[in-house]
Amino acid sequence: MKATPTHAAAAEEFLKDEERSHWHDDTLWHVRSKRDVAAQKIPEWESLRTTASQIKDNVLSNLDQLLLQFEKNAIENGIEVLWAKDADEHNQHVLRILEENQVKNLVKSKSILTEECGLNHFLEDKGYDVVDTDLGERIIQFNKQVPSHIVMPAIHLKKKEIGDIFHEHLGTDAGADDPAYLTEAARQHLRQKFIQAKAAITGVNFGIAETGGFVVCTNEGNADMGTHLADLHIACMGIEKLIPRAADLGVFLRLLARSATGQSITNYTSHFHRPRPGKKMYLILVDNGRTNQLGREDFRNSLKCIRCGACMNTCPIYRRSSGFSYGSTVPGPIGSILSPGMDLKKHSSLPFASTLCGSCTDVCPVKINIHEQLYKWRQVITKEGPSQPSKKWAMRFGGNVMSKPKLFDMMGNLARKSLSISPRGFVYNSFNAWGKHRELPEVPKESFKEWYRKNRKQ
Amino acid sequence: MKVGLFIPCYVDQFYPQVAIASLELLESAGVDVDYPLKQTCCGQPMANSGYQEYGEGPAALFRENFSEFDYVVCPSGSCTLHTKDHIYSGKENEPKVYELCEFLTDVLKIKELTADFPFKVGIHASCHGLRGLNLAKPSELMGVEFNKPKQLLEMVNGIELIELTRKDECCGFGGTFAVLEEAVSVGMGKDRIKDHEEHGVQVITGADMSCLMHLEGILRRDKSPIKVMHIAEILNAKVSKTQNQ
Repeated sequence: MKATPTHAAAAEEFLKDEERSHWHDDTLWHVRSKRDVAAQKIPEWESLRTTASQIKDNVLSNLDQLLLQFEKNAIENGIEVLWAKDADEHNQHVLRILEENQVKNLVKSKSILTEECGLNHFLEDKGYDVVDTDLGERIIQFNKQVPSHIVMPAIHLKKKEIGDIFHEHLGTDAGADDPAYLTEAARQHLRQKFIQAKAAITGVNFGIAETGGFVVCTNEGNADMGTHLADLHIACMGIEKLIPRAADLGVFLRLLARSATGQSITNYTSHFHRPRPGKKMYLILVDNGRTNQLGREDFRNSLKCIRCGACMNTCPIYRRSSGFSYGSTVPGPIGSILSPGMDLKKHSSLPFASTLCGSCTDVCPVKINIHEQLYKWRQVITKEGPSQPSKKWAMRFGGNVMSKPKLFDMMGNLARKSLSISPRGFVYNSFNAWGKHRELPEVPKESFKEWYRKNRKQ
Repeated sequence: MKVGLFIPCYVDQFYPQVAIASLELLESAGVDVDYPLKQTCCGQPMANSGYQEYGEGPAALFRENFSEFDYVVCPSGSCTLHTKDHIYSGKENEPKVYELCEFLTDVLKIKELTADFPFKVGIHASCHGLRGLNLAKPSELMGVEFNKPKQLLEMVNGIELIELTRKDECCGFGGTFAVLEEAVSVGMGKDRIKDHEEHGVQVITGADMSCLMHLEGILRRDKSPIKVMHIAEILNAKVSKTQNQ
């Protein structure tokens, strides 16, 4: 038995509930449609994408220098800067900070990086009360799940299911699923947690090298609420989240929310530069595989990602199979080019979970060539990933036949003849995945080549 | 202008009528067109499965077959894209590769056709032609609308082109994806068909027979009255309503 199910197997499981799969598809298509409407209102949309892409190219080419500049300016601002080479070092930093400051209760705003590092479980195992304050994240925290989407972590849950979760954990009325009622219950619950918390953890959307400051985007204001009330603020940032100048920020803020949800801007765009008097601010810069990815020429520009999730919303496979089918912290198309770089074996099915339709590349606000990288990962996986002897044999055989015109003509003829005389039960057997829900094409009486020989070339 | 017709392997074997229609369309436009008999496949199935090296043999054969031509024309957006990306490198002495529709609109600059096709037709915008070859403006990109297959279909007498809710969503074929991710593939295909069905489409057409083969497979299994036809068949159609029904 394999440890991780392939995407295909997990997707098939999800698709068994046809109604849910359609609901999931429609919900995310709706978000994609809102994105289209928002983008249409910006006449310079395509040039904004190009600009953002070029700024990020520049960042990736000068990442070492920009990081040092960022660190220097942040330290001068009074921020304590820490470096983490991997998830474990990141988690240890957080633990040490909490121990040094004798903090037991903490709140978190949304950070996919801390999901990637498994911070919640790490701290909970050490006896800490970690409360996610993003509404979607709180819901899945109650439900003991991980996010199924990086922007809308609980998008896989229906209103009624959230009502049931709240009934169990917050004591709301059984069967109640009115969003306003449920949100109010969450608000009252979280307010208590905000007041009790001595530390607030946030992610970072953009670190600005020139100023040493950073920006956190939220829709619920929960990052501000947490950091304003707590004595210490720990910001966790992937090293690729840098931009060179404050002047560059506008380009990304105009793209981010429009691409993500179709909003013109997130409700809160919070700028942090220094700790308030008497308070502390920490910034942990995390590598966790990013420099390895930077060293892979074909895949480095996946690090341009600003985590808007537009590629998930547009992906016809993500929409129909849900985030969990990917088995990685970042699901969907972008996750399928990032995750193999972290663990090739575990994520070897992901680059094949695509028709290479290219929609992801066209919605990407920083113009990552996602579908081309999926193709390139496929080439890597067939060489360095788990071996698949029968697939390899079939492809080599196919390549051989296609290299020899006479052999191809003969095999084609043979295939058509045997298809036309074989009994249906023989053709539509359990190994014929095509024929499970589809008919094979009807067999014509001759190939085009045969027709051409008779009708054009004597 | 010497034009070499490249017919994808599965079209040669299973859809000869598509190849015949493509050939006749080019001939009736007065093109000097030839079909090299030693052709097989562009090697895309191997390459997209991660075995680009096993596509090298077919690619070399392809280059040999078409070395004497100014243009290669192919009635498949997907195979055309693969050829441009992986068989040729865009050098001067190489033949220029065109998908059939773009060859008709951009090189021959066709302004009228004599085809008759009095049916309600839905266009399936196959992804590789759409986003890889820019046969139309993809819905994700902002800018001026254009659509080469539609531009050609609008020249057909009696045709009624039907607007869809999701005008360029993938059908889920994706080569080996169709069998490796069978459940998602079929789910996507069914959703695409439903969109056409809900808008009263009688015939689904497109510039890639592979997508249509997948949709046809589902339609026939479900005993749907909806037919699929390659765009070349419609552009070359001389049928009247009574003949077809």
